[in-house]
Order: sequence, then structure tokens, then C-alpha cells
Amino acid sequence: MSKTAPKTYITSGHSGCAGCCDAFAAKFTLMGAGPNTIVINPTGCLEVMSTPFPYSSWQVPWIHSLFENAGAVASGVEAALKALGKKDDIKVVSIGGDGSTMDIGLGALSGAFERGHDFTYVCMDNEAYMNTGVQRSSGTPFDASTTTTPAGKVSFGNPRPKKNMPAIMAAHGSPYVATTSIGFPRDMIRKVKKATEIVGPTYIHAQAPCPTGWGFDTSKTLEIAKLAVETCLWPMYEMENGEITQVRKVKNPRPVEEYLRTQKRFKHLFTMKGGEEEIKKIQAIADWNIEHFGLQ
Amino acid sequence: MIDPAYRKKMVVVEGSYAVAHSAKVCRPNVISAYPITPQTHIVEHLSQFMADGEIPNCEYVNVEAEFSAISTLIGASAVGARTYSATTSQGLLLMHEALFNTSGMRLPVVMTVANRAVSAPINIWNDHQDAIAQRDTGWMQLYVEDVQEACDTLPQLYKIAEDNEIMVPGMVCMDGFILSHVYEPVVLLEQDLTDDFLPPFQPKDILDPEDPKTFGAFASPDTYEEFRYLHEQAMQKALPKIEAVAKEFEEVYGRYHGGLIDGYMLDDAEIIIMAMGSILGTIKDVVDKYRAKGEKIGVLKVRSFRPFPKEQICKAVKNAHAVVVLDKNISIGTNEGALFTETKSCLYNSKVRVPVIGYTVGHGGRDIPVESIAKVIEETKKVAKSGITVESQFLDLKEELL
Repeated sequence: MSKTAPKTYITSGHSGCAGCCDAFAAKFTLMGAGPNTIVINPTGCLEVMSTPFPYSSWQVPWIHSLFENAGAVASGVEAALKALGKKDDIKVVSIGGDGSTMDIGLGALSGAFERGHDFTYVCMDNEAYMNTGVQRSSGTPFDASTTTTPAGKVSFGNPRPKKNMPAIMAAHGSPYVATTSIGFPRDMIRKVKKATEIVGPTYIHAQAPCPTGWGFDTSKTLEIAKLAVETCLWPMYEMENGEITQVRKVKNPRPVEEYLRTQKRFKHLFTMKGGEEEIKKIQAIADWNIEHFGLQ
Repeated sequence: MIDPAYRKKMVVVEGSYAVAHSAKVCRPNVISAYPITPQTHIVEHLSQFMADGEIPNCEYVNVEAEFSAISTLIGASAVGARTYSATTSQGLLLMHEALFNTSGMRLPVVMTVANRAVSAPINIWNDHQDAIAQRDTGWMQLYVEDVQEACDTLPQLYKIAEDNEIMVPGMVCMDGFILSHVYEPVVLLEQDLTDDFLPPFQPKDILDPEDPKTFGAFASPDTYEEFRYLHEQAMQKALPKIEAVAKEFEEVYGRYHGGLIDGYMLDDAEIIIMAMGSILGTIKDVVDKYRAKGEKIGVLKVRSFRPFPKEQICKAVKNAHAVVVLDKNISIGTNEGALFTETKSCLYNSKVRVPVIGYTVGHGGRDIPVESIAKVIEETKKVAKSGITVESQFLDLKEELL
């Protein structure tokens, strides 16, 4: 980042893996939100690696409660700030993984958005339960091999496509929902900043490739994140009041095969009989994204 | 006789209204709750107070489930807000995981529990199984005998919970329907007296960007055990505090409901009946009749179940010939209720040698008539004379249904 880049509020020295996507996601989120922020963090890699008592990497007030209640805890933080007359100065931001956001914590998050609490929820989607050993979540993409959806003699891995989380959050009447990627830090910082400045419940869904869970070299995190966008498997867009208002165009989309080849979780597609057909199905997902979001 | 001046202050209102009024005068900043029978009227009355603008500087969060109610209060309490909720039965069970989290982070959330049986079979009436199932969550639990005590215990519990030496959440346990839905004469808590008695919540550590702190960190085997030890120490500090605050309350409001325990005809009692909650009223009526006949029967009310007043119980029963414990709950697999188990446990290594029997009673709202209490007393008299034959049993089982 340039010298004029915003300050980060999470220190180095945490115990994240080399090339950790969560560390990037947290850093970019706080660069967007700024220092007058209270962070709510559900259980996950980020919480574990950043707060081994008595140490903490957080230079902003931070609270972790449980795996499934970040939406409700954020509601309480926001309500208390309002009641105590502090809300105008302080932003409330929750940062959670795909499991806590899209699966176990969806009820609490839905409640918070339906009630219209003024906070920003950032989902750093690394597409499986990385903290517990790479098990499938509803953010896991079609045909990815995880420890609970392993590729095998009669399986190509995860049989279902990703849950369309941004659409679900937009359906709550959120004034601002955006997708982004840690491979595009400026985009992510801008969107988080915008989200935290809008009054009401806002949602950022960021793809965050995990070297350990996806099986790639630790130096490649940002590169692979960019590939997901360039192959149109990760469309980046903004929605305001339920309507798509901005889309990041991809001039010359690359074939999905280039992205899939970089990761062990898709390795079986290149070795198993019938793998070619599966890759075509994944290409169809990218093609649908191009068409649906107008990526070209 | 009730002093006429005091009688003038009394009003006949529903228990839930009186409790909601108490919560209001404690000046909560965040209330979060989900309606569930028989707690419903408490949150409805609070909602009306909010709608009428009667609770200043307060946000009421209408959540989608009890799990979020308690989670909302975790966030709010960490910011420095005084927080309140009410729940019961399945709602309390749904909060279970977050109850540990509240107390582990040492957030002094206060809640009213309108005690109710748990499913299955589904049953909406009173017993204590819901709260007893939360006994190891690290919350204080104070059980109340009547509506006035349910009202008066709320500001007391805030004062205990928010003490910087304690910082442990607590629940006021009141019998569902029997107390929540009864109309009886009470004195509603006065705002000015409550303001004098209960100072604003001033925690040392809060979530504040001016002085960033980390709440709910990750603790390894190197550090986790000490957190548990300090939590236990805080509960031990709460023991004398509960006694002291009950006396402070009496000085300000003129009412005393007991500290950790309370006695009725206890000093010279040869037979002692122990219990928690509204059943104590029935027991006291029966004891009055025995006393009229010259029989030395006494009542030991246990007000604080967590922290558990071991010393006070040992002292209270030391001269008795036999003790019987009535429990509106059962720990399935032990054939006995929790208060019975814990009473025996605290006596075992003490110098007090007194036979103790138990009855598990009133499950799912089953009525406990005075005749049954008399039957229990007769059984305990036999124990005093010739020892224990049955250690613990259900009261008034309907054999024809088995």
C-alpha cells in the first residue's frame, strides 16, 4: 500500500498461518472502518489466532462471544451505544467466516438485519470450516473436496453450489450489500468504508482464499483471489436497496480451469474419469455469472 | 398487623406487572427478550412502558429468539449498559450456551426467570427444572417466595452482580403462573428509593475506542484454569454480599426477605422442612397448625441456590432431629432433587449429624396440597425417631397412571 494508505488496527505477531486470508480480511476491514470501531468476532480462525490470552492483536475494542451469535451481539453493542448516547461517533463492525455467517449464525444475523441495527457485517468467505479442519459449509463451492465432502470413487466432492448469501442479505432490505475479495484491497477498503458510513445494516461478502484449506502455496493467496475474479467465479458487485448498482467488469474472462488447477481441493477433477464434464459445469457457473451480473 | 401507613402504599397488581415495574425503576439501558409463557406478561408490560416513553435512555431489542436475547445483552453489557431480560423453560434452555459465555466474560446481566417445566412432554406450568438445569453456568440464582420478593430482589441482584469485586450475572427465579400471573397486594418499588439504593452501573472494563480492550479472548491450558478459579472466587465473595445487600435493602425500603437463607419458626425446630420458591407459603401455613399443637416444626427457606450457602445451612439445621427437603426438580438418574443432593453434600464433612430425606414434588405444575405437606412432616417425624427408610421419593404419584 502507498504511504497515504489508511492505518491498520490489527498488529502483526498473531498466530495465523503464513499467507492467512483472515489476517488480510481483518486488516482491510479495519482500514476501511477506521479506529472508532467496535469489532464483534464470532468463533473462528481469526478469533483464535488474534487473541491468545494474554496477548491481543486488536488495536480497537473487540469482543468474541460464540460461534453463532455475532449478529445478536452486534445488535446489543449498537443498542447500548444508542442508549448511552455514543452511537454517532462509533462504528460497529462484525467480521465472521462463512460457517458462522452463512450456517450456524444465519438466524441471529437475519434477526439483526430485519430489525435494522446500524452496523456492518463482513463475511470473509474461505469456503469451508477452516478452523476445525476443512469441512464443508454452505459457502463451499460445487465439486470442492473437503473432509466432509471428500472426492471419492463415486463422488466429485461437494454436490451443491454456494448459497447466495448476498441475495439473502439484500432481501432483508439492507441499504447496501457488496461482494469483494481480499485480492483487491482497494476495492475492499472502499466498500467497507462506504458500508460503515451508510446508516442501517450493511453487508460485505469477501472471498478469502485459504492456503491450508484449499491447498496452494502460502505465497499465492492474493494471486488466487484475483484468479477467482478473473475467471468470473467470484463476481464483484454492489447492491443498493436491493438493486445492483455497480459491477466490476472482467474484460477477458479466463477459463475456470486456470483457477481450479491452482488448488488441491479441485485436483480430483483433473484425474478422475468424468472430471472434464464437471469442469464444464463449473464453467457454466462462471458463464451464468457473466450473463447475470453483466461482467463483460 | 400491617401498619396502616404501609397498607396505603399497597396496590393489587399482577405479579408480572410488579416485576416489570421493578425492572423499569432499576433504569436498564438495554432490554432484550423473546416472549414465552409464562414470562410473556413481563416483557409485554415493559414494551408498554417503552411505548409510553417511561424508560429513559433505554433501547428495547425485540429479538428473534431467546438465544439472541441473551447474546444481545452480552454485547450491550460489554459496552457498559445495564441490561435486563426475562425468560423461562425452553427459552432459558435455548440460552444455555450463552449463559456460560455471559458469566465467563463476567458481564453482570440480570434476568427474571418465571420458572416452568421443560419438554418433553410439553408443559407450561411451574416447576424448577429449567433453572436447576442452568446451575453450573456460573450465574447467581436467587429463588423468591412471593411477588413482593420477586420485585425487591431485582435491585438487590443488580447491586450484587455489578459490584466490581463480583461481576457475575444473576437470575431472579420466580414460580411461573403461581407468582407471575397472581394478583396480590404489593408495594411497587419507588423510583427515588431505588435511585438511592442502586447506583448507576460503572464497570471498570468496557468496549471503548478511546481505550481498546479485548473481550472473550482465546485461553490455552496455560491460562484457562485460572479464569475458572477467579469466577469461583467471585461467587464466594457474593455470599456475604447477598446478606449485606438484603440488609441494606431493608434499611432503605423496610422489607427483608432473607439473605442467603431465611428461617421460619426455626430456632427451636426439631423437624425442619427446606424448600425454595412459592411452596414456602403453603409449608408455613401447615407449620402454623403444627405449632398450634405445640409441635416444634420449622421452615428453612433457601433463597440463594448459587452461590450455595453451605455454612449457613449447616448452622441452621445443626440442632434438628430430622430434615426434609422438597425439590420442584429432579436430577434424573439420582432419584432426587438438586437441593436435597447439595444439602447432603454440605453436611457430609461438617460436624452436623442429622438425618435428611428428600421429596421431589410438584412437577409440571402438579398442585401440592396442605395434606401432602402434613404427610411429609409425619414421615420426617418417623425418620427422627427410627431413622431413614426411604431416602428420596416422588410425592403423590398417581399409581393408576404408571
